[in-house]
Amino acid sequence: MTASPDLTVNDTGPKLLLWNAKERADRPAMREKYLGIWQTWSWSEMAGEVEAIAGGFKALGLARGDRISIIGDNRPRLYWSIIAAQTLGAVPVPVYQDAVAEEMQYVLEHAESRFIVCENQEQVDKVLQIKDECPKIETVIYADDRGMRDYNQPFVHNFDDVIAQGRKYNQDNPDAYTSEIAKGKGADTSIMLYTSGTTGRPKGVVLTYDNILKTAYNAVKFEGLQESDEILAYLPMAWVGDHIFSYAQALTSGLCTACPESSDTVLIDLQELGPTYFFAPPRIFENLLTSVMIRIEDAGAIKRKMFHYFMDVAHRVGPKLLDGESVGMGGRLLYGLGNLLVYAPLKNVLGFTKVRLAYTAGEAIGPDIFNFYRSIGLNLKQLYGMTESSVFVTIQPNNEIRMDTVGRPIDDVEVRIEDNGEVVFKSPGIFQEYYKNPEATAETKTEDGWCRTGDAGFFDQEGHLRIIDRAKDVGKLNDGSMFAPKYIENKLKFFPDIYEAVTFGNEKDYVAAFINIDLNAMGNWAERNGVAYASYQELSGLPQVSEIIRGHVKNVNASLAEDPQLSGSQIKRFLVLHKQLDADDGELTRTQKVRRRTIAEKYGVLIDALYSDRDHCEIETEVTFEDGRKGSVKADLMIVDVTAPATAIPQAAE
Amino acid sequence: MSETMNTEATVEQTIAGRPDHTAEILLSLDNVSLSFGGVKALQDVSFDIRRGEIRAIIGPNGAGKSSMLNVINGFYHPSEGTITYKGEARSDMRPDVVARSGIARTFQNIALFSGMSTLDNIMTGRNTMMNRNWLWQVLHIGPAKEEELTHRAKAEEVIDFLEIQAIRKVPVGRLPYGLQKRVELGRALAAEPELLLLDEPMAGMNTEEKEDMCRFILDVNDEFGTTIALIEHDMSVVMDISDRVVVLDYGIKIADGTPDEVRGNQNVIDAYLGVSHD
Repeated sequence: MTASPDLTVNDTGPKLLLWNAKERADRPAMREKYLGIWQTWSWSEMAGEVEAIAGGFKALGLARGDRISIIGDNRPRLYWSIIAAQTLGAVPVPVYQDAVAEEMQYVLEHAESRFIVCENQEQVDKVLQIKDECPKIETVIYADDRGMRDYNQPFVHNFDDVIAQGRKYNQDNPDAYTSEIAKGKGADTSIMLYTSGTTGRPKGVVLTYDNILKTAYNAVKFEGLQESDEILAYLPMAWVGDHIFSYAQALTSGLCTACPESSDTVLIDLQELGPTYFFAPPRIFENLLTSVMIRIEDAGAIKRKMFHYFMDVAHRVGPKLLDGESVGMGGRLLYGLGNLLVYAPLKNVLGFTKVRLAYTAGEAIGPDIFNFYRSIGLNLKQLYGMTESSVFVTIQPNNEIRMDTVGRPIDDVEVRIEDNGEVVFKSPGIFQEYYKNPEATAETKTEDGWCRTGDAGFFDQEGHLRIIDRAKDVGKLNDGSMFAPKYIENKLKFFPDIYEAVTFGNEKDYVAAFINIDLNAMGNWAERNGVAYASYQELSGLPQVSEIIRGHVKNVNASLAEDPQLSGSQIKRFLVLHKQLDADDGELTRTQKVRRRTIAEKYGVLIDALYSDRDHCEIETEVTFEDGRKGSVKADLMIVDVTAPATAIPQAAE
Repeated sequence: MSETMNTEATVEQTIAGRPDHTAEILLSLDNVSLSFGGVKALQDVSFDIRRGEIRAIIGPNGAGKSSMLNVINGFYHPSEGTITYKGEARSDMRPDVVARSGIARTFQNIALFSGMSTLDNIMTGRNTMMNRNWLWQVLHIGPAKEEELTHRAKAEEVIDFLEIQAIRKVPVGRLPYGLQKRVELGRALAAEPELLLLDEPMAGMNTEEKEDMCRFILDVNDEFGTTIALIEHDMSVVMDISDRVVVLDYGIKIADGTPDEVRGNQNVIDAYLGVSHD
């Protein structure tokens, strides 16, 4: 194994690339599947490509301090463009490839990008569409020439030509590449990443080499990542996570980054490649599990029974084995047999055979999903971070994996909880500023060097951080106990029968909830039990359905009761909504997040009823149909009391 | 990819990207008639296909559209008339000979090998270009292996072009209809045809699948310069993507011209669109 790079000397991305090209010359740096075959570039080959691209950019006039936008799926050439731009001291600004032209316009205009590197015609078309509004755009380069034959604008260039031009430039100026690299230093801006902007306009987060390289390297040491590790880069390049994993951690640890053949083939590529390091948001783990379960239900009876038997074993034994706890001989033997028959083949199908480190983050992950992967032996962990922290704030250390925590602060990171419950931290990864937005910067960064997260959380007895909600959503019940709506709603939503939940309690006497049933799950239940229903509204109004939901609510209350900080916010009353909350009606955001204020206004009558002693409530709501027409729905909703003592855990009525 | 599969046709394209009226005639049918016993499927039909154009053949059910394609690719032999392809009058030809001469097609009812993967189906499109006999292929050594690698590379280019990497190894029988249609187009493209015959490429598709297919047809024409003759029921599709349209009714040609000319033709309105005289 090669020695680690000294980050005080190799303090920029381009310098680290040179170091890797020398020390790890023949180790694989990048892979991409092209025309059905995995192509590999070693670190020295990659440095050669970057040198040529940098020469081409230089020849086209890219200068120190310029912004250059990168738009497209994960492709080696786009990653190389990032380092090539950094070589020249320009600031790369990756843009979400699925953004529509208008969204793209905001970022390109705000960042004042002079150069744009596009993956393909689709992205070029979007850029051309908005070019008139963004006068700073001077040069557009496309990596894939498919469909580009008739684009003869003088400012549109083929990537191949840029490389050829660069090789020529480098021949004429043999020292240009190394002397440009030498000009960079750790405190320089290395990249600008725009936050997705769920609240208001996207903000350009300015990060330096010191921010991202130090943070990435601390995590590399924390997890023991090596040059033999491999990651599949399939999440957007404009997302900070991909930038840290596939760029910063690759440069600091020498791990190999592989690009999928296309966005549709990620699961196939995963299986073929067998990475050792894997990140996915909870939704992807959930989808994978669902696809496994569907195939198991379709399998023959023997296979199905075998699967369920050994999954029971796995749930009992697997997590303990992963955490290095003691397990009896019988359990070990059974798990070994299960591994032979079920777990190993299953991991192989999912592409997880070689994964030794898997992360999930971003949202709460359901306990069933989390436990499933841990029990088949996948070292799945949670971490906490954001763009403003160059990702890593806390990570769950090996052998300390908990369902509902995000782990301990890593090296050089300090985390503190403010009096209002907000999590603040200090780390080498704290961003410099929001680009051209000093007000927002001042709101987020304190004068003494702390960064506000906007999240509410606390440390548990073990010293693990637990994130419960957005700080602004956390309130207090009238008796003074904490009320964290999203935390409770997530617990409710982990039941497949519950599609969405909205809880109330701030400045109230107790917590009450709206429940949206899941049509598939409850419909399936109705079918199995011979219960007839004609519509979503009828199904959700059935007393049996309310009874099932009551069982789930009791379970949630029981788990809340275990937590001294949250036991006050057990749900006393709930109702099952007669319609699904919908983005078309403004009740959810387009990313399916609950709009609390809209719902509170629209369903005020129902909320009042929840805090009265009535047992039903009539309501008429306006709905928007898919074709844009409006209509109204009338319903008489039952209000259900949940009065059972919360200490006993009653079984769900199924 | 475009470099390898492109033909000289691009040179003849006008600035607007469409072939002009003086483009070379690739295929012409003169006074072609075809009958099955007493049924006259085609009667005295004449039209031509110019190099680089997208030519649509439309008409009501039973108008003789599929028969026309079958005549062009040698499944049927016309009882009267001549077919001239690339300047040579063609006598009756077997379909495989036609295929070797650069004409490939897709079928109205998908005719893929449903148990075989997408990749294998597309590889069958290269069949006419494989020179090693079956014994070599079974042994899978030396020249036979090299040959297979060459053909596989071409098949992969087609897969990349049609964006079907994700279903490369899936048996086509398990694919949804729209994707099967795309695979069938892939098999025809793998043959690197000069003239591509598409028999109702968009039948049974939803709007999104139709849009995708339209884009692929236009891309094939644009990137590879392939001449395309297509039969299609969806009028909006035909009018959008074709350069010239020929209209058949009961085996007789009733109109021929640009989409606009055809749309205004009273015979066409009567026969095809079913609007009565006022």
